[in-house]
Amino acid sequence: MILVDLNKPLNFVFDGKLYQGFEGDTLASALLRAGVKVVGRSFKYHRPRGIMGAAHEETNALVEIHNDGVCEPNRRATTIKLFEGLTAKSQNHLGSVNFDMLAINDILHPFLAAGFYYKTFMWPKAFWEKLYEPIIRRAAGLGSLSHKADPDTYDKGFLHCDILVIGGGPAGLLTALNLGRAGKRVILADEDFVMGGRLLSETYEINSASSVNWAAQTVAELKTLPNVRLMPRTSIYGVYDHGVYGGLETKTDKISERGPRQILWRVYAKHAVLAAGATERPIAFANNDRPGVMLASAIRTYKNRFGIDLQNTALLTNNDNGLMTNAEHIIDTRNNQYIVDVTGRKGVRTVKLNNGETLKAKHIAVSGGWNPNVHLTCHKRGRPIWNEALACFMPDTHTLPQDLSVIGAANGAFSTYGAFIEANAVSVKLGAKAAHLPIAEDAPINITPFWHVKGRKRAWVDFQNDVTAKDIILAHQEGFSSVEHVKRYTTLGMATDQGKTSNVVGLAVLAEATEQTIPQTGTTIFRPPYTPVPIGAFAGAHTGQHFHPTRLTPSHKYASETGAVFVETGNWKRAQWFARAGEKGWRDSVDREVLMTRSSVGICDVTTLGKIDVQGRDAGKFLNKVYVNTFSTLKVGKCRYGLMLREDGIAMDDGTTARLSDTHFVLTTTTAKAGPVFRHLEYVRQCLYPNMDVHLISTTDQWAQFSVAGPNARKLLQKVVDSEFDITNEAFPYMACTEMTVCNGTRARLFRLSFSGELAFEISVPARYGDALVRELMAQGEEFDAIMYGTEALGVMRIEKGHAAGNELNGTTTAAALGLGGFVSKKKDCIGKVLSTREALTGENTLRMVGVIPVNQGDALTNGAHFISQGDAETAPNDQGYMSSVAWSPTLKSYIGLGFLKNGKAREGEVIKAVDFVRSNHVDVKVVSAHFVDPKGERLRV
Amino acid sequence: MIINHPTLGPRDSAEFTYLGDAALLRRPNPKSETALDDFYSYQYLRDNPAGEHRELWYHEQGDRSWLVVTRNTVTHDITKVEFARDVKQAMIEKAIIKRAKS
Repeated sequence: MILVDLNKPLNFVFDGKLYQGFEGDTLASALLRAGVKVVGRSFKYHRPRGIMGAAHEETNALVEIHNDGVCEPNRRATTIKLFEGLTAKSQNHLGSVNFDMLAINDILHPFLAAGFYYKTFMWPKAFWEKLYEPIIRRAAGLGSLSHKADPDTYDKGFLHCDILVIGGGPAGLLTALNLGRAGKRVILADEDFVMGGRLLSETYEINSASSVNWAAQTVAELKTLPNVRLMPRTSIYGVYDHGVYGGLETKTDKISERGPRQILWRVYAKHAVLAAGATERPIAFANNDRPGVMLASAIRTYKNRFGIDLQNTALLTNNDNGLMTNAEHIIDTRNNQYIVDVTGRKGVRTVKLNNGETLKAKHIAVSGGWNPNVHLTCHKRGRPIWNEALACFMPDTHTLPQDLSVIGAANGAFSTYGAFIEANAVSVKLGAKAAHLPIAEDAPINITPFWHVKGRKRAWVDFQNDVTAKDIILAHQEGFSSVEHVKRYTTLGMATDQGKTSNVVGLAVLAEATEQTIPQTGTTIFRPPYTPVPIGAFAGAHTGQHFHPTRLTPSHKYASETGAVFVETGNWKRAQWFARAGEKGWRDSVDREVLMTRSSVGICDVTTLGKIDVQGRDAGKFLNKVYVNTFSTLKVGKCRYGLMLREDGIAMDDGTTARLSDTHFVLTTTTAKAGPVFRHLEYVRQCLYPNMDVHLISTTDQWAQFSVAGPNARKLLQKVVDSEFDITNEAFPYMACTEMTVCNGTRARLFRLSFSGELAFEISVPARYGDALVRELMAQGEEFDAIMYGTEALGVMRIEKGHAAGNELNGTTTAAALGLGGFVSKKKDCIGKVLSTREALTGENTLRMVGVIPVNQGDALTNGAHFISQGDAETAPNDQGYMSSVAWSPTLKSYIGLGFLKNGKAREGEVIKAVDFVRSNHVDVKVVSAHFVDPKGERLRV
Repeated sequence: MIINHPTLGPRDSAEFTYLGDAALLRRPNPKSETALDDFYSYQYLRDNPAGEHRELWYHEQGDRSWLVVTRNTVTHDITKVEFARDVKQAMIEKAIIKRAKS
């Protein structure tokens, strides 16, 4: 029964020519109906190729879909559902598909055998990169890319079910019906856009009616069951641990359609039933890749499902199933008949037989037997076993995952009746009642394996990768006898079809060459994905700005209104600088922000720094464990700087911690480490000291926090802090902290901390008041010329002050290297303390943080430069350390840098070279104290 | 992969962060004379068994509990999931009893 609607014509364009197909067609069936024989060129030899299969096994007919200048390459024409206006192109040719200039490769084939690129093009050496490789790259490969952004959307979804049935042929349909009737939550996924599998392609009868009717009726009943979800055009491409399956649903093949083009499903199933059917395999004979040589099953599909009678067919078969094909000539290898050559470059013309006879034919139907689609049984290291009687690999029940059952042709039960019996059996096993067995064909498998007609000419095994039987034999002769090696040396079974038709034939040819049996030869491992999955589907909606979540600071809106340029720091967008009219570049803005902060007052949003609430009777004791210095002695109302180590003794993070009460600390982390530090603290709390009374919670997002820095910081804050709170230097000295209210009763916290080196405060309010507070501060600050400053000015000021940041806490530096060795308490243990005492980290010649300034004041410094002693050659063995941070200091009118220098502390005053090979910048620098501005810290204490 | 959380039930492994061998629970005594060697082994030397392995997972996108997951590295079967704090607590109690006996 034909499944195309001849009353619904669809227009499409292939290689610039207009054709007509019908609703229900694939692109492949429509092209065959229109008489198009050559649909592409082969990978290596650029030989004309026609359609070979009818479904996912297609290996030749790879095409590009085009729309709006965008193109999707390497789509199998057999899996594209025809739609009105489809524009497709053949691929892999220079010139037209009918006159491909690269077809010269076919004449040059003696030089292009397996591994040719490892052996030829070797001399002269310099030619490889400049000449050979670009030419080979141009000639080889499959489709091309449009280099335009993908205009379509993709989605992801999650599904849960009791039983996932993979494959909608007779076995899958009956299983889903049994389980669905029993009330199980069932998902039935099938690759095709019509369910029924081979029932749609043969002329079978079930219960004395067409098998197409049985499939349609079964699908109709399944649709009425609310506990069954039918998923046509959904390919289950991978099996993962603990009942997780990957599925790809294709909603449309159109480019630039509304809605998702494809959906990537993650299916959680208690049990899965694999009813994926089987794939017919070809036989290798000379010139068996001519357009018109097709799988016998495909020829039947085109006739029975699509109504295309491919006239003038010669059948080559080694089994009874092939005999179902309508053919003018039957060549049965079991009668010692086979094909020795085929003529007809752009379509079969004659077929030469081993008895010397030459037949005229336009098509050759080939049936080399059927391979059960065992791929998904192998994704969790299951290995199929060879079945001698059926001449195919079957799932090995010993290596099958317990939650996966295989039935039907995928399990070697090739007849429709056999599929039904196994469907009923698995349904009973899964707690459902078996349906009354339908009456169906039960043809036995009569096969005598026949793989390869030996001869001098090339006989193709893998059509997509242009691998011939000769290549496999050559690989063996050259020592690649393991099947995994042969695969990689010859590229057998790679690319979009992953050897669906070629693998077993290739193995058999290798087995013959090595004089082994097929089980001795073994098979390569099938890995996910079973069918190609576009990267777009894996990305889903997570593209462009949605690639990762975006976190905005409370002052974001105000900052964007006032000229801020933003920088991404992790997921956060932070103001980098605030550009004002007349400023010629970022340096102008940053210099102004630094100078105005140091001379009056500047405000910076520091909400992004991690804030962790630490509460409990043992909170102080707990902090003693995670910080090198002591916190249990910190007085209520005070802050302290803390340095945290990893257990290997390397600095992990730093920040200040405030004590708000006996049992309540607020700890801060760097922006980048907020997550990892929290994870680490929970690890210490739960895994090492579960008996401590301490609890943690992240409050980073709950509090908006601003740094208010500069000589006028206090004057400005006094205008917003409620009058009952005294923040004079006497009442609220450096490193004080308190809870308070601002702006007539709004809850706030004030910390007297300074990163910039100026008199400074950090004020925090509940996040929802952040926008209001920054506006209020800027309004009240008008009389002081208050400014906002961004992360660049923040960076300049901390370098001027010699404070370590991410560049210095870079995962290789110790407390001693950071100049904080004195912080490590000698009285108590802490994470990382023992290993920080290792000799290699503490010796005299280890790196120490220093400041550097150029000897010639105009010289620019570059980050990443290496330090070399004067007079030493600029070589790696003479390396004395490296530059970690540099900035132009508008305060000092010079470049300044922080870096790590061997024995650095003792070398202040020495002139060394800062050598940057990457940017060819070699500068003489003087080693100085890292504290460039206000080294005694007087400004921040006023 | 699915981890059967002791209180939250089966959860997708994407919600978790992996740390490594649960031997990390046995932090050496920093006051011991052999502390430097002990910490060296603790930090750097790990068994890499083909088979049952006890490892630490953190339910970062969930209740923030650290778990000890017993997983077979060959089959990926997970046979046991415990709260790390319970496991550690039991270790501490065992050590106290041992000390009391001696």
